[in-house]
Amino acid sequence: MFGLADVNSFYASCEKVFRPDLKGWPVVVLSNNDGCCIARSPEAKRLGIKKGDPWFKIREQTFAEKIHVFSSNYELYASMSNRVMSCLEEMAPRVEQYSIDEMFLDLRGLETAISYETFGAQLRAHVQTCTRRTIGVGMGPTKTLAKSAQWASKEWPAFRGVLALTPGNPARTEKLLSLQPVQELWGVGSRIARTLNTMGITTALQLARTNPAFIRKNFSVVLERTVRELNGESCIPLEEAPPAKQQIVCSRVFGERIVTLEDMRQAVCQYAERAAEKLRGERQYCRHISVFIKTSPYSASEPYYGNVAVEKLLTATQDTRDIIAAAMRGLEPIWRGGHRYAKAGIMLNDFTATGLAQLNLFDEQPPRPHSQELMNVLDGINQSGLGQVWFAGRGIAPQWKMKREMLSPAYTTRLKEIPLARIG
Amino acid sequence: MMLTPTESAQALALPLFLEMVPCGFPPPAQDYVEKELDLNEYCIRHRSATYYLRAHGDSMRDGFLFNGDLLVVDSAMKPEHGDIVVAGMGAEFTVKRLQTRPKLCLQPMNPAFPPIYPDPDELQIFGVVTHIIHRTREVIKFLD
Repeated sequence: MFGLADVNSFYASCEKVFRPDLKGWPVVVLSNNDGCCIARSPEAKRLGIKKGDPWFKIREQTFAEKIHVFSSNYELYASMSNRVMSCLEEMAPRVEQYSIDEMFLDLRGLETAISYETFGAQLRAHVQTCTRRTIGVGMGPTKTLAKSAQWASKEWPAFRGVLALTPGNPARTEKLLSLQPVQELWGVGSRIARTLNTMGITTALQLARTNPAFIRKNFSVVLERTVRELNGESCIPLEEAPPAKQQIVCSRVFGERIVTLEDMRQAVCQYAERAAEKLRGERQYCRHISVFIKTSPYSASEPYYGNVAVEKLLTATQDTRDIIAAAMRGLEPIWRGGHRYAKAGIMLNDFTATGLAQLNLFDEQPPRPHSQELMNVLDGINQSGLGQVWFAGRGIAPQWKMKREMLSPAYTTRLKEIPLARIG
Repeated sequence: MMLTPTESAQALALPLFLEMVPCGFPPPAQDYVEKELDLNEYCIRHRSATYYLRAHGDSMRDGFLFNGDLLVVDSAMKPEHGDIVVAGMGAEFTVKRLQTRPKLCLQPMNPAFPPIYPDPDELQIFGVVTHIIHRTREVIKFLD
């Protein structure tokens, strides 16, 4: 059996922990650059604010209650997420963190000791005491069914946030799947859902009863696996160690539009640095480096321009200097003056686990001496929390950095920003 | 039956000797190093429920709690009569001594401040103060 625990309104609840005055008030969290709404407290949901509503639209509307708005504070959310996860780990023998607010649990053998429902209720109570967070718990013989159970536990309050689909009670599983729209299923994207709908498959149960071979032929092995999982055949194991990444992307929408090549160089340089650091974190080397820039596709008054440059190195690297150099070489030819750029990014591909390669006689870029030692020092300083070093190419005080006008303090991770408690 | 989590042991930093080990007479200090102390082990019982707050003000001096002190607050601990607690008051947190009898009360520990009698349904207790960390020089200045 698998369990899935997920925190209700996670980002919004993080913003409330250290603000006792916000109890019972609507809270909204915005995406990077304060673009649109990505999380809502239950009170904000009741006011009709939707996920994805742009901030400028929310700002201009009048609501029955004052809405408290925050920029996304990922430092705080990550720290609170760790607390919830370690709480869950205390009660489940094996776990796999699936996202910032979701954890898969291995519940094999649990039923010999305790009923699933009782365990779910205890799990909820434990997380509640330790972190004041409310979680929903879904359980099932496969990950997909655990996800469906968790969806249902939210949809019907009568379950009190805990629902177990057991092989011993197939009627219950069937009933639930007949009520679950196919687009709500784990592993089914909106595009696939639309195609399924045109074929007359609208509920999870209908998909479960479709021939797996037919699905594989017309869709993919991935969707076939979903069908098998819906029928109780576990195909997706618990991954305690996440698989190595095959691609790294670092990109941002700018707080203010970029119009000069120098500013763009600085931005791309910073993303290249970040991407290289992530690459080393994954213990990988890459050979494929692409850089992309684009203007806003939503602007009616300006022509759209976007382009991407790809550079392929002969020798795989994880040295920031190589990655910055490749990105800069790529940027020159795709840069067009006169545009107001809204977004840029770096993408690393074609990974190998070692930097070892047959050196090519004609390689113009031989490996740099002591590269690894230098990068170790760099990462060591930047991850120590004591200071930061960076390549001068990204500038000293960039103007284009993220817009986060309504950022809350990093209450749990920076000594200077811990909450104040009055004694007076 | 109730499943209860075990207190998970924290990772401790152990010393690593980088100097050469002579293949003759052993260095005399080596046998005395057992392990390094971890303040977390002493101060923190529920790691995922422990927060740090900074005290600001003067109403708790008889409880040896001074302006600028760092408070270790456990929000999973059940507050009891007599505990020093952190409670939500408007937009802020306040630190007081909790009295549950004869009447629910947040009691300052300085006679110059009045007690607070909160509505039992409204009182939000954030956690119990388990340790108070002073900066010695500041406290001495304050007491002089």
